[in-house]
Parts: sequence; structure tokens; C-alpha cells
Amino acid sequence: MDLALTADQETLREVFADFFASEAGPDRARAAEPSGFDSRSWERLLETGAPGMGLPESAGGGGASLGDLGVVAEELGAAIAPLPLVEHAVAGRLLAATGACSEPVAEGSDIATLALRPARDGICHLVPAGAVARHVVALDGDRLVLSSSGAPGVALGNHGCLPLAHRSIDGATVLLEGPGAHAAFDRALDEWRTLTAAALVGIGRTALDLGVEYAKERHQFGKPIGAFQAVQHLLADLPGLVDGARLLSAKAAWAGDSDLDSSNGVIDPGSNDITDFATLAGMALVFAGEAATTTTDRSLHVHGGYGFAEEYDIQLFYRRARAWALVLDDPARECRRIADLLLATSEDAA
Amino acid sequence: MDFSLSPGAADFRDEVRAFLDAHLTDEIIATMHRTGTFNDKGFNGALADSGLLAGAVPGYGDRDPIELYVLFNELEKAGAPYDGLAVTMLVAGVINAVGTDFQREHVLAKLLTGRFNCCLGYSEPDHGSDVAAITTRAVRDGDQWVINGQKMWTTMAHESDWVILLTRTDPDVPKHKGLTMFLVPMDTPGIEVQPVPTMATERTNATFYDEARIGDEWRLGEVNGGWSVMGVALAFERGVMGGTNPAVPLLRHVRAWAGGAPSPDGGLMIDDPLLRERIARTAIANQVSQLLTLRAAWIAATGGLPGLEGSMAKLYATDRYQQAVGWFQQMAGADGLLDFDTDGAAADGWIDYDARHSPVTTIYGGTTEINRNNVAERHLGLPRAR
Repeated sequence: MDLALTADQETLREVFADFFASEAGPDRARAAEPSGFDSRSWERLLETGAPGMGLPESAGGGGASLGDLGVVAEELGAAIAPLPLVEHAVAGRLLAATGACSEPVAEGSDIATLALRPARDGICHLVPAGAVARHVVALDGDRLVLSSSGAPGVALGNHGCLPLAHRSIDGATVLLEGPGAHAAFDRALDEWRTLTAAALVGIGRTALDLGVEYAKERHQFGKPIGAFQAVQHLLADLPGLVDGARLLSAKAAWAGDSDLDSSNGVIDPGSNDITDFATLAGMALVFAGEAATTTTDRSLHVHGGYGFAEEYDIQLFYRRARAWALVLDDPARECRRIADLLLATSEDAA
Repeated sequence: MDFSLSPGAADFRDEVRAFLDAHLTDEIIATMHRTGTFNDKGFNGALADSGLLAGAVPGYGDRDPIELYVLFNELEKAGAPYDGLAVTMLVAGVINAVGTDFQREHVLAKLLTGRFNCCLGYSEPDHGSDVAAITTRAVRDGDQWVINGQKMWTTMAHESDWVILLTRTDPDVPKHKGLTMFLVPMDTPGIEVQPVPTMATERTNATFYDEARIGDEWRLGEVNGGWSVMGVALAFERGVMGGTNPAVPLLRHVRAWAGGAPSPDGGLMIDDPLLRERIARTAIANQVSQLLTLRAAWIAATGGLPGLEGSMAKLYATDRYQQAVGWFQQMAGADGLLDFDTDGAAADGWIDYDARHSPVTTIYGGTTEINRNNVAERHLGLPRAR
């Protein structure tokens, strides 16, 4: 047991905190609205090697673990960087696992993404980073396919200003077929859940900082509003949510890096013993989504009317906290899917 | 990060689970709820005899401190009577941290046998959250102290051999600076224990001190240094020693019930989509509560004092426990109102029990509001509001 970051991860955290703050912070996210993508920042990101860091070294990548990627994803979320790094990292790992990761994808000069929902009638709906990714990996029936039709460049207008687009898979290449296709896709989707959860932790962290900072600066009735207990107590619940979400997404990453699944992991809700990656990844996304939602909600409220004004950053965080998680599905449906995993085991746990 | 228990801690957890399989009978659990005493000296003694209490004292000995968390987490999840044991081991930790050789020899050694109990004498009828304002007096008389006053919520006083008692020794200085802690033998003449029944099954007590006379060897820490002794005790108490996974047995009971209970809409309750969603949400909250607790334990294991992290774990876990209890009580409908002794009770009466018990969890051991004050002031750096 070790709940500290490794020395390498501490370095990663510092490097990417600096990078996102200077190259892709909230001001850039604001400027990149409504498309949700800053191509200049992405060019700069290529120089850091981040787009390929999660690929195995054999595929020309940096061999980083999900845990390492989670550290970077949290910093990305903390800056709400308008960069599709999570999508690209997950799609790249999936392509590498099928032996189809090209050099431009490994470098990041070609952006790749994952369609979160299987194609219907040849179309993948609301693909994250679909507006800017050249390559889309998707599930089409029992086939895992790669569509390289190129980025449309135009995002569908949306709550979080994400580069969303519908994408056709006409003419796509088949990567895998049968149960192997589903298994590979499910693994990638769980990696997306885990890293998106980490990014949502970052959103929650900064939203809390913004709320606390504002509560210390804003004076009413002759004192900082942060001196009022009603305001304090709105904020005091939040560090536990943010820290809990960080721990749960890190645990999911650990389970993913340790390849713990239903055959060698544990799913025992009766003893609160869960080490199965798929279960933890689902839990992490639901909880981090909720933590980011609550944190941005309360932080915005503490800002009073200014929180509602476009000028203040908190509204940027508020909208992304919802959009980054909901682009997959209603959390209630995610919970029912998690319940299927939890309750699939026999009554021995009951 | 690495979320696996070390091989040693995993072995220890397996030993605790094996012990619970062998010793935690339905009769022990039924007795605790019938008597209201969440303490079983036979059970505690067996635990000590099995060598499982050696690591249960915070800050004491050379066992892996994660064992402390593992022990209480397993006891809580199993629904065992551990309240008395947790308080006793907490007091053992305080004695180890600030006690004298005399106290270690005469008390700590006995506590480790599992056959003796301690209780906490902090709150008074008129002083709860503002505990530094307590008025129970201890007045020095030569080598002795004479104690007069009344304590409230002294749970386990009727089972206890000692109470750690917060007293006022100097009424003329600011309230935090005139307090002294004592370790008072409960058989001291002048102490009277009266039961206070509660709306749940557990019993607590009011305790009266009338010219109770003890020697100076029972003073715990410095004269007028009681507030810092409290600080040690609270840091041990919050988070690590149970109290943050009460929804684990609840979820187990609900699942067992739902697997056999017909739904008014047809089929079984376990197939109800809303119940399944809420089971998942509760399982998620249980994981988060466990991780926040584990973090506090890990900080303690690496040499820190995790007071704030414990506050965060307690705040979150107790809030979600109450939410889960509310959901499941409603979804069990009228059958959820029935109690332990009534045929047809949903989850054999556990839903009624948890609905009765859960309100106290955001009150005792530091209210939610006091914990929020702590986090706001000491973690977020907001101005003091009182």
C-alpha cells in the first residue's frame, strides 16, 4: 500500500501543471470556445511527447501507465485545457493493442479518438474530439473498426463547448472481430472512464480553489463572505469529495495497470472489497462526475451573480464538469450497469 | 499508488476474517442489540488471545499501523460489537502517548488483554460541541484530587473500568487553558452511572461525580494541559477506528432482502431498476468512504496525525450512510418499518435499525458542523467563524 505519487509522477505533475497553466489554461479554453480545441496548444503539446506517452515503447510510445496518465489528466482538468489528450491517449492505446497505431498517431500529429457508443446505421453519434480527430476507433456490431475519414473541423454546439461531432464509419478498416473486438473496446472505454474521472478531479480541485479564493476576497457586511459559517459549510464538504474522487480514480487506474478483471480481481460489495478494473472504472467516473458537479455548483453559487457572468472562470468549469461526464451517458444508467457487475456474483457475498 | 495491502496486512485481514467466522455468532450480535451494550468482553478477550489486538492501539508497538484500520474496518463491516473496544483502544493510545509509567503498567497492559474497558467523559448536559466550556471541577487536595460534576453520553460507563475525564482545574483562565484530563477508576466512591436509553438499540449513560477522590497518579498529562490531551484523542478517534463504513452491513442486508422480496410491481425487488441504481450508488459511497479512511490510516502509518483527513472521512461517510438509509427505508415500504423481533420485517429488521441508528452518526464523535468548521478553518484557510 502506498497512497503517494511516485517521484516520477511528482515530476510529471509539475511539468504538466506548468505546461497547461502557460499553454492551455482557462483563458485559452475561453478563447477556444465554441470549438473546444486550441490547435496551437496541441502543436506545443506534441513537443512534450504527451500524446504518445501512454503507448507501449514497442509502438513508439513512452510506456506510461494509466496511473501516470491519470496524473496528467488531473492537471489537464485543473486547467480545463482545450486539448483532446484523454481521447487520443485511449484511442492510441487501443490501436497499439491491435497493432494498428501509426507513427503520426503515436506522435500526435494525427489525432485519434474513441467513439463511446457503438455505431448505428454506419454513424457514431456525438464522438468526443470527433470534430478534430482524423481517426475514430469504433465498435460496429461485432467488429472493432478504424475510420480515418478526417476531421470535419466543425463542432456541434454544446453545453461544455466540447469538440463533438457525429462521424460516419463508411469505408472503415476492420481491426478485430468477435468477442476480442468487444473485449478490446470495453477495456478502452474503461480507460476513458478512468482518465476522464481523473480530469474531472482536476476540474473539482480548481473549482474549489476558485470558490475559496473568492470567499476570502469578497467582502459583504464588513467582512469576507468566507467568514460566514453558511458559506464555509458549503465549501467544507468539497475537499472530501475531490480527494475521494482522486483516490477512487487512482484505484481504478491501479486495477487497470494490474490487469485485474472479474477472473483475478474481487467484486464483493458485501465486504466492500472491489479490485475489478471495470467496476472501479465505472464507479470512478460516476463519483468524479458527481464530485465535479457538486463542487462547481457550490463554487459558482459562492461567486454570487458574478459566477453566472461570462467574465468569471467558474462558469467555464461548471459547464465542463457536467459535459465531460455526461457525454458518455446518464449516471443513473451507469449505476445500473455497475449494479449488474456488483450483483452478478452469487449470493455468497450476501 | 498501490492499493493492495502488504502481504503482512493481507494475512492479518485474513486472520481477522477467520476469527470473525469462528467467534462472531448471531447470538453475540442479537445480544448487543437486545442489551444496547455494543461491547462483549468474552469476544474482546478472545480477540486479544488470538493476538489480534496487539496492533489495535494507535501509535503503540511495532505492528504495521494499517492493521489498526484493517481490524476496525473488518469488525464494523461484519456488524460486530466494537464500539466499546474502539474507545478502549483509543484510550490505550492516549495513555501510550501522554501517560506515565504507572498508567502504562496499571492500565495499558490490562487494556491489551481485551478484558477491561474505558469510556470517554467529555460532554456534559450543557456542554457538547463547545466542550472546552465544561464545568466538572477537579480540585487539588494534597496528593489527591476531588471531583464534582456530571458527564453526559458516557457510553459504556456501565462496562468500564476507567473513564478519561475532562475536568476544569482553573476557572480563572481562558476556557481552553484551565482543563485537566484524568484517568479515573470507575470503582472510585462517589461515581454513579445512570442509563440513558436511545431511540436506536444502543444504551448510553449519564455519569455523576460527588466528591469523588483520586490520587494524582491518575492525572493524564499536565495540570491545565487537558486540551492538548483532547487533541491527541480526537485525532485518533476521527476516521480510523471504525464509524466510516456503516453502510457496508446495510448494503449486505438490503441485498439479501431484495433477493427474496417480491416487488409490488411484479418480480423481485432486486430487479427494480431504481433499487439497483441505489445499490450501486451506495457501493460507490462505501468505496469512497473506505478510501478516505484508508488515507487517514496511511497518514498515521507514515508518521502523521490525520485529524483533518479523519474529519473529511467522517463527514462524507456519515452523510452518505444517512442518505442510503433513507432510500432503502422508503423502498422497503411498510415492511421496512418492522423491527428485529417481528416476522416479515424487511431485511430482518435491519432497515428499521439503521433508520433509528443513523441520525447519531452525524452527531457523536464531533458533529458534522464541528467537522466542517475544522475543514473550513484548518484546511481551506477561511477565517474563524465563532
